[in-house]
Amino acid sequence: MKPEQNYIEIFNRNRALIDQGSAGVLNDLREKALDCLIRNGLPNKGIEEYLHTDVAGWFEPDWGLNLGRLDMHVDFARAFRCNVPNLSTLLYFLANDEYACSETASKASLPDGVYVGSLREAAKSRPQILEPYYGRLADMDRPGIAAINTMFVQDGLVVYVPDSVIIEKPLQLVMLLNSPVGLMTNRRILVVLGRGAQLKLLLCDHALTANRFLTTQIIEVFAGADSRFELYDLEETHNANLRISECYISQEAGSQAEIDYVTLHNGQTRNSIFSTLAGNGSRLSLNGIATLDREQHLDNMTFVDHRVSDCTSNELFKYVLDDSASGAFAGKVLVRHGAQHTESQQTNRNICLTRQARMFTQPQLEIYADDVKCSHGATVGQLDEKAMFYMRQRGIPEKEARMMLMQAFVGEVIGHVALEPLRDRLNRLVEKRFRGELSQCEGCRVCRE
Amino acid sequence: MMLKIENLHAGIDGKEILKGINLEVNAGEVHAIMGPNGSGKSTMSNVLVGHPSYQVTEGKVTFNGKDLLAMSAEERSHQGLFMSFQYPVEIPGVSMTNFIRTAINEKRKALGQQPLAPTEFLKLIKEKRDLVKLDAKFMNRSVNEGFSGGEKKRNEIFQMAMLEPSLSILDETDSGLDIDALRIVADGVNRLKSADTSVIVITHYQRLLDYIKPDVVHVLYQGRIIRTAGPELALELEQRGYDWVIKEFEDSMK
Repeated sequence: MKPEQNYIEIFNRNRALIDQGSAGVLNDLREKALDCLIRNGLPNKGIEEYLHTDVAGWFEPDWGLNLGRLDMHVDFARAFRCNVPNLSTLLYFLANDEYACSETASKASLPDGVYVGSLREAAKSRPQILEPYYGRLADMDRPGIAAINTMFVQDGLVVYVPDSVIIEKPLQLVMLLNSPVGLMTNRRILVVLGRGAQLKLLLCDHALTANRFLTTQIIEVFAGADSRFELYDLEETHNANLRISECYISQEAGSQAEIDYVTLHNGQTRNSIFSTLAGNGSRLSLNGIATLDREQHLDNMTFVDHRVSDCTSNELFKYVLDDSASGAFAGKVLVRHGAQHTESQQTNRNICLTRQARMFTQPQLEIYADDVKCSHGATVGQLDEKAMFYMRQRGIPEKEARMMLMQAFVGEVIGHVALEPLRDRLNRLVEKRFRGELSQCEGCRVCRE
Repeated sequence: MMLKIENLHAGIDGKEILKGINLEVNAGEVHAIMGPNGSGKSTMSNVLVGHPSYQVTEGKVTFNGKDLLAMSAEERSHQGLFMSFQYPVEIPGVSMTNFIRTAINEKRKALGQQPLAPTEFLKLIKEKRDLVKLDAKFMNRSVNEGFSGGEKKRNEIFQMAMLEPSLSILDETDSGLDIDALRIVADGVNRLKSADTSVIVITHYQRLLDYIKPDVVHVLYQGRIIRTAGPELALELEQRGYDWVIKEFEDSMK
């Protein structure tokens, strides 16, 4: 039996229950999503884009799904302590897929017309915000998990920022997986930025209990003309965690976006990022850091679509792989006919610390315009032995020298992070990670055992 | 005695390069090791500081009464051994300040001392930078990255000054230096000299020895020291080249 079959049956059996826990446009798209899943199935290794990650296989176990919206109690105060402190943010939560707002965020007065809240709530009470955007970017017909997510999704986060509105304080969404048994969660984030709007969004992905989780995550971002958007996706889960995330962003003219994916600690992860530079003069900075050890696996796939002229995209992804970890990076850049004066740079650098660590990297450039500046580079190597000896000669012990070199290696990417307190925090987190001190979360106890 | 090398045999990738070196260096002395290309000069310095690519097959090295060869590279450094690299290594992303602070505090830790207080550390940096005329801006840069040849060598002597080693090996420190940089580097070395510290200058040419005066000059050839004499030997080598020493050595072996 194909792995999707089970989910098709669950969906058909529980359609009323799923719809009941949700509303409006979320329910309207489910039928179409079902058709897509039946037609395309779940992505397996037979598809080139999924060569290194058997996503379909992840769905094979009989996962529990919380379709009846049972309350999965999460102690937010405790959870917050183990996340990203020292950063003043407006704090929101997703407990599995259930939206919650922190007390401070609920009291904060956001500018007129701004909506930050539950996806389910918005589907009921603000359909005018959701309908033009929900499901419009996520492509359910390409290999991926957009279809299955759309079939089952019941809640998530919506951020709507009207024209010319600037939200200074970063929004932080702490996503906590918490369940006494194995659980599949389908969550969704929708961001709409009007012309000239500005937003910083930090996503922190955590697992609080030791059992296995499977998460599908869809992020859709509409960045209006001249808007500025920063997205930080920080994963700190445990070795038994499976995560598939797809992020879709469309940028209008003159907009600037920075998207940083940090995988500090995980189980197996597939992140796909689809960026469309749809308006002239838009700019994208897309970065990634991965620190992997044991049997951890991370597969990042990026697709940057230069549709029009005078756009810039810069990509820098760096991986450090220890033990038997494996990583993959596939970066596709498409410069369409007429997208003149495109500037695009893509770099992927990787360090394998052991002979068992594996890295697969695949840059792909497709260019159909002639007046462009595009470059790419990919390397897989070891720590610089010469630098290591130089440091040891100066009295820096081998272990410390390795640490410093690894820190310096990923430090280049952290340097790109625009949000300064996060940059400092990441430097500390990465150092702790390399020292094996990460982290205080209960979930991380799993990995030490 | 500070350093005693007895019958040292060593090589790389299974090829023997040092074929029985004997050398003694007392505290306060400056020794020059000269020799034609390929004689084993760099191998000798790398073996002494514990480069992991080189293997010692025979012999003994005692440093301040301790078995040097039993120590790791970092332990040798903590015990007071320093090498100025012929090709200083660039380390992108590691700032000079972070690098030298870590080095100093690791040494202090190994010797059972407290880390240096930040104000003392900054004071020390200032003092030692002045010694080799290294601008403050270099401290925020990555180690050796974007440094000119002369700046790299001055940085080596700056680090030597910061770490206060008892024995410093200067491996071809004069290579790639113009005369002004050479003077600054040599001046720095001379000012660090004391009755308790020793220097081994490894060089192909006499030039550096005009500025750093050796007490003893050795000629290394095919992995052996074939002649040892006073500073006048360096001058003679400069004038007559190495052939005559080699010939005399070969004749004596017959």
